[in-house]
Amino acid sequence: MMGTAFVPAATGGPRFIGLLSAGGWSLYGVAAVLVLVVFPLLHLAVPADSALHVSDYWVTLLGKIMCYAIVALAMDLIWGYTGILSLGHGLFFALGGYAMGMYLMRSIGHDGVYQSDLPDFMVFLDWKKYPWYWSFTDHFWYAAALVVLVPGLLAFLFGFFAFRSRIKGVYFSIITQALTYASMLLFFRNDTGFGGNNGFTDFKRILGFPITAPETRMALFVITGTALLGFLLLGRWIVTSKLGRVLTAIRDAETRVMFSGYNPLYFKLFIWTLSAIICGIAGALYVPQVGIINPSEMSPGNSIEIAIWTAVGGRGTLVGPVLGAAAVNLGKSWFTKAFPEYWLFALGLLFVLVTLFLPRGLAGLLRGRRKAP
Amino acid sequence: MSCHVARLLRAFLAVITLSAMASAAAVDPQTVRDLAFGESDAKIKAIGALAASGDADALQWLQALLDGDVKTVGEDQVLLVKGENATDLLTGKTVQPVPENADDVVVNNRVRKGLATAIATLRLSAPDRSVRLAAAKELQNGADEETLPAISAALAKETDAEIKELMSLTQASVQLGSKDRATRIAAIRALAESSNPGTKTLLLGVLEQKGGSYVEADAEVRGEADKSLRAVESKLVTGEMIGRIFSGLSLGSILLLAALGLAITYGLMGVINLAHGELIMVGAYATYIVQNLFRRHAPAMFDAYLVCAVPIAFATAGLVGMALERSVIRFLYGRPLETLLATWGISLILMQTVRTIFGAQNVQVENPSWMSGGFVAMTGIVLPWSRIVIIGFAAMVLLLMWLLLTRTRLGLFVRAVTQNRAMASCTGVPTKRIDTLAFGLGSGLAGLAGCALSQIGNVGPDLGQSYIVDSFMVVVLGGVGQLAGTVYAAMGLGIVNKILEAWSGAVLAKIAVLVFIIFFIQKRPQGLFALKGRIAET
Repeated sequence: MMGTAFVPAATGGPRFIGLLSAGGWSLYGVAAVLVLVVFPLLHLAVPADSALHVSDYWVTLLGKIMCYAIVALAMDLIWGYTGILSLGHGLFFALGGYAMGMYLMRSIGHDGVYQSDLPDFMVFLDWKKYPWYWSFTDHFWYAAALVVLVPGLLAFLFGFFAFRSRIKGVYFSIITQALTYASMLLFFRNDTGFGGNNGFTDFKRILGFPITAPETRMALFVITGTALLGFLLLGRWIVTSKLGRVLTAIRDAETRVMFSGYNPLYFKLFIWTLSAIICGIAGALYVPQVGIINPSEMSPGNSIEIAIWTAVGGRGTLVGPVLGAAAVNLGKSWFTKAFPEYWLFALGLLFVLVTLFLPRGLAGLLRGRRKAP
Repeated sequence: MSCHVARLLRAFLAVITLSAMASAAAVDPQTVRDLAFGESDAKIKAIGALAASGDADALQWLQALLDGDVKTVGEDQVLLVKGENATDLLTGKTVQPVPENADDVVVNNRVRKGLATAIATLRLSAPDRSVRLAAAKELQNGADEETLPAISAALAKETDAEIKELMSLTQASVQLGSKDRATRIAAIRALAESSNPGTKTLLLGVLEQKGGSYVEADAEVRGEADKSLRAVESKLVTGEMIGRIFSGLSLGSILLLAALGLAITYGLMGVINLAHGELIMVGAYATYIVQNLFRRHAPAMFDAYLVCAVPIAFATAGLVGMALERSVIRFLYGRPLETLLATWGISLILMQTVRTIFGAQNVQVENPSWMSGGFVAMTGIVLPWSRIVIIGFAAMVLLLMWLLLTRTRLGLFVRAVTQNRAMASCTGVPTKRIDTLAFGLGSGLAGLAGCALSQIGNVGPDLGQSYIVDSFMVVVLGGVGQLAGTVYAAMGLGIVNKILEAWSGAVLAKIAVLVFIIFFIQKRPQGLFALKGRIAET
């Protein structure tokens, strides 16, 4: 279906070293130092009036973009490598975000507008106690477990039924879109117990640290960066393994995989669930940095946008989607400030032009040029 | 003292002369005096008497009294003021100018209520239907045993069903309060015939308990009320069911219109067109433009604009669709996931274009007069003409499409290309042209859906977004490439959605339907009507 340069795992040497080429490792190291050391220092240690200082705006924006990059990475695993286009990744992202948001809401304590035990929106609805699904969410580790379990479980169940009845291609995409849409409607309702339209916001602290303090923000930034770099390696490890080969084979010729004696169901189910979990974690990292989560994250448009980040970056390359997410979102934040009314034109054109003229994305462009001489 | 006698005499003389002259003042002057000078009780009695007289002038006076246009001068002049002029109601003479010392007639709340009721009673015999209807509604809260004879008399003459219904309900509610047991039972029995939701409230009132004892002390009356209540309730349930099925059909016909175009582009051609919703929007905006042109250039023919808008909406959306097919979609045949993304991009561009041209706000599309109002199927159930017209329209479009696909050369070619592109091409079918035309046809159908939607909903840049998920669900549920499946799926989804809606609220109903579809696809991945044979798996 798509000509992806597939770099086989290097033979000889520990498997881990072989994940990236020598050049790849050096680039990886540079990125890690930049994100984990240089950037935090520039923000915290360099005085605010210095030209080298990194402002809050950039910390929030880049932190957000790294979360998006993780989502794009997850999308690449399922779409780029396995050929399943999900239009439901916005849902998993939002579910992870809501799970983290529940913890953040609980840790507001009595500092809300109504100074009640309950979050403001529940006071507003005249609820007297937390609904059952809110129990234990005041413990961070329980909420963290929910971040993984809720998207994972939903993806597992949905994927099991969908893949078992061999729903694939566009059908699968549309069903995932319907799932996302239905969940959005559900979360928009006030009596679902997740704050309705407004969702969760006005967080005060995380693990006892004030959430708006520069140090807390920087810590979240570094954690997000670590997660992104970690997931990159994890993704690399998966796609270079035998499992990854089967996934690529499913993408290119599912029937032949079946004829060769493999049952694609479990391969697909594994990568689909993993992808959803990664998305959920990205959502959980996103919420404390951005400070709000609401049902509009589940709108069908958001999920499709995730696909375009991946497509812009280049499917089946892992690094590509990360770059794609960064490029599209940097472009978005510039455009929406400079020409707010033209952003949708630009995004729309991007969808059309990338699919027509750049099927291998930015990564394909770079690789093509390097190969040329 | 003698002065008083003289005044009275004068008044009597005046009355006699007046009656002899048979002038406008046909009302007994004592009544007029009571109205003007009496205590509240006297006033109300006089008002009742006037109302019972059924006199046309009485209405005018009562209205004037209510409006504060009846004034008194001293104790011997009752003036009906009309602008600069005033008429003495006792003498019938014109007084000009209005005396400076004229006092308002005191109308307290009790009198005001009595006045309003009396006016409504008098209006019940007005020739204008809307006046009578308004009066009947007014009387619902104000009627008492005094006005009962007038209401009964008006009821006997009334021909309009809606007004009749209202009046008999009012009559019954007054009779229910009667001291006479037989009257009460008769009223309750009469109510059993009604299918008005208000009846239920009335009867429940009879059966109500207050402070441990029944409001209605008589057990037999209560028994009758219980019987009537059950009869009314069963009628109400039937009526509600009819109403729900109708709104289900209406929703279904809209879904059908929205999905028919998709059935061509997705079902027959295999193109995922996420911009389909925006083509619906294009159709709706085309209708809006046609409406504005008619309003500006041919206001006399405004009612005909819709007839003109139908082909224009079809053509506009169809042309936009053909342009898209030529410029983008053509290059993505065989790559459905890419098509999906590209058409999503197109939908964003179309939406933003419309926003730039027409603004982000909804625009106003007015129904032509022949589509407003409704058809009264039963009391309390009005089927709006606009929805009936749309159901008919959907049926017509479906018929035309079926004819086009099965009876014309173009339809034959479309089906041939769908089934086997290479073979069709070999036998000389111009496949590329057919692709463009078929896509144009699908888009044109979306335009027709937009034209229909503009008549019942808001027209705004986001119009298409709200229908795209639903219409894809219809096509997926109905099965790819199947017109019949699309029809069944649209109607089924519409009706199920509406019935669930009454039971669990709109949002939950929608979620339930989506979940149902997700599970349904598990069982029958090819939809309701799967294509049989070897072409199912590619």
